[in-house]
Amino acid sequence: MLEQAIIAIIKVAVVLFAILTACAYIVWLERKLVARMQVRLGPTRVGPFGLLQPLADAIKLFTKEEIIVEQANKWLYLVAPLLAFIPAFITFAVIPFGDTVTLFGREVELLISDFNVGILFILGVTSLGVYGVVLAGWSSNSKYSLLGSLRSAAQMISYEISLGLSVIGVLLLAGSLSLVDIVKAQGSVSEWFIWKQPVGFFLYLISAFAETNRAPFDLPEAETELVAGYFTEYSSMKFAMFTIAEYANMVTVAALATTLFLGGWQGPFLPPVVWFLVKVMFFIFLYIWVRATLPRFRYDQLMRFGWLVLLPVGLVNVLVTALAVL
Amino acid sequence: MAKTETMTLNMGPQHPSTHGVLRLILELDGERVVKCTPVMGYLHTGIEKNAEDKKYMHVLPMTDRMDYLAPMTNNLVFCLAVEKLLNIEIPPKAQWLRVLLNELTRIGSHCVWLGTHALDIGAMSMFLYTFRERERILEIYEMVSGQRMMSSYFRIGGVMEDVPPDFEEKVRAILRDFPARFDEYEALLTKNKIWQNRTKGVAVISGEDAVNCGLSGPTLRGSGVDWDIRKSNPYSGYEKFDFNVPVGQNGDVFDRYVVRMAEMRESLKIVRQALEGLPEGAWMARVPGVTPPPKEEVLFKMEALIFQFKIYTEGFSPPVGEVYFAIESPRGELGYYVRSDGTPKPYRIHFRTPSFCNLSALSRMVEGRLIADVVAAIGSIDIVLGDVDR
Repeated sequence: MLEQAIIAIIKVAVVLFAILTACAYIVWLERKLVARMQVRLGPTRVGPFGLLQPLADAIKLFTKEEIIVEQANKWLYLVAPLLAFIPAFITFAVIPFGDTVTLFGREVELLISDFNVGILFILGVTSLGVYGVVLAGWSSNSKYSLLGSLRSAAQMISYEISLGLSVIGVLLLAGSLSLVDIVKAQGSVSEWFIWKQPVGFFLYLISAFAETNRAPFDLPEAETELVAGYFTEYSSMKFAMFTIAEYANMVTVAALATTLFLGGWQGPFLPPVVWFLVKVMFFIFLYIWVRATLPRFRYDQLMRFGWLVLLPVGLVNVLVTALAVL
Repeated sequence: MAKTETMTLNMGPQHPSTHGVLRLILELDGERVVKCTPVMGYLHTGIEKNAEDKKYMHVLPMTDRMDYLAPMTNNLVFCLAVEKLLNIEIPPKAQWLRVLLNELTRIGSHCVWLGTHALDIGAMSMFLYTFRERERILEIYEMVSGQRMMSSYFRIGGVMEDVPPDFEEKVRAILRDFPARFDEYEALLTKNKIWQNRTKGVAVISGEDAVNCGLSGPTLRGSGVDWDIRKSNPYSGYEKFDFNVPVGQNGDVFDRYVVRMAEMRESLKIVRQALEGLPEGAWMARVPGVTPPPKEEVLFKMEALIFQFKIYTEGFSPPVGEVYFAIESPRGELGYYVRSDGTPKPYRIHFRTPSFCNLSALSRMVEGRLIADVVAAIGSIDIVLGDVDR
């Protein structure tokens, strides 16, 4: 029992560390890649290729002055970043990132918890993140923040529905809510659910972009309209927590896309964890690429697109899949 | 039923997309704009008043600080106005150079417009692409005048100096490279569904309203009114060049975008003609007492040195009279009213700047629309706050 607890704690520590580092380096990667796409160099000063830039950013953010807006609702103002930050990390508990490995004579599963309703857990927990956003906007007592958080709340809630619908197709095919079972149901490349669920895949992808507030759906923080949206009034680490949460959410949806549609950690030749990372990185790259290319939707267009296009398509997709499975 | 109130949002003067220090007081009902009141004056420089206490040639360097994205155009209209007051002819080479650089200025200014406009709508990369191209034009400025922005290359009576030897090569490189770059921009935006959704049918102004608001330039032509001062009242020899004036139809953000994109290509056409037909000869008119004698003479001839000294210390006095001269700046009709009382200093100068007049249509464009449309509309009327406030 104790042994298992220790193993679990080690796994949690490793995953948390890995995700935090990943977030920091995704920021670096994004800056580098976007810079390349925009004929710039990106960070070059701190360390070789600017590789220590995330570290420098962290130091900067830690040492910045904590500003608490005078008119803010102080308690909510302080809690909001945590509400955004914590759920973003909890989701990794159920994502399998590798097969079972034998370490020091023990069988260790490369996931923190094989939850039998893993997918529901993820959807539930990510929904909690909306509270952080809404409360941040409300408690800052700033109009830009308020508008940003209203947009964000509406957007995240609407797109969660199409996200959920896109996942149902996969669930029907796999016949399980456990992410481990879903991965095992896609044994070889030809069995990846992306082939059987192409509509579901694109639905998921689009909803995921909206869910994580990324371009072209980055309205809540549209800097040219609302300055910085819901976190306009935040500074130093509280600001960093929102940013990290955003990137952690990106990793979550990328990892989930990998798990649901691309066979998770499975793949030929390379070790499972590497395959997992490669697939996740593919999605992250896609995010960055899209951000450097597309303009932004307008609020009403976004809602119309979500409710009048994605939702019906999702419903039809579920219906067709259900009929096919029957 | 709960009582609903509108919210007043103060957008600017420090805001990422008000293109400088424009302040908008927006009355919002949710995301919808009920009322929009532009507030200006945050960049007021007092150039008009200042000019009354400066000699004509000293006013010139102040003009390019107004519309800092099109400095050459501002220089040009001032030179033309004063030349008309003085009633002097300028040599063909200077005219051709003025047209050439003026059209390059138009391209450079439109590059900044496209970059910031696209950035406002969320297409981040466009900003860096267009600034890459603008850099090439600034290099030309630097080459001819020594300054990248506040060039003051056009002088009363001609231009400052002959162009350096590799000028032609540099301009040819621009003519060679730019069409492909414009294609690139259009590939990223014109047929992009999101871009079309964001711009088509947004911030519409009808041709009649546009004329009544006093709009000019691409903002007016986007509404289907064919009015370009280069065609209607040619100046500086524009009648000798072959070019089209692109006109839109619907008067929305998209049409204004299309008009400006087409205008950049037309400007390239003019630049090509100006470069190929660039006459040889003097670049400065010789008007004793007004234009300084050539440098070689100043160095070796006593009288020339004295003339130069007198011109720069005493200035020159145009005959009593007044003149209004308008040209087509990248933003629209840029007109200077100059009144002379026979002294070396202008009695009064007034600038009719396109940004100021175009801004007056903003409220009409955005009322009843969403906040996101406000930034699209500001971008599409292409204002420069230096030009609005002066």
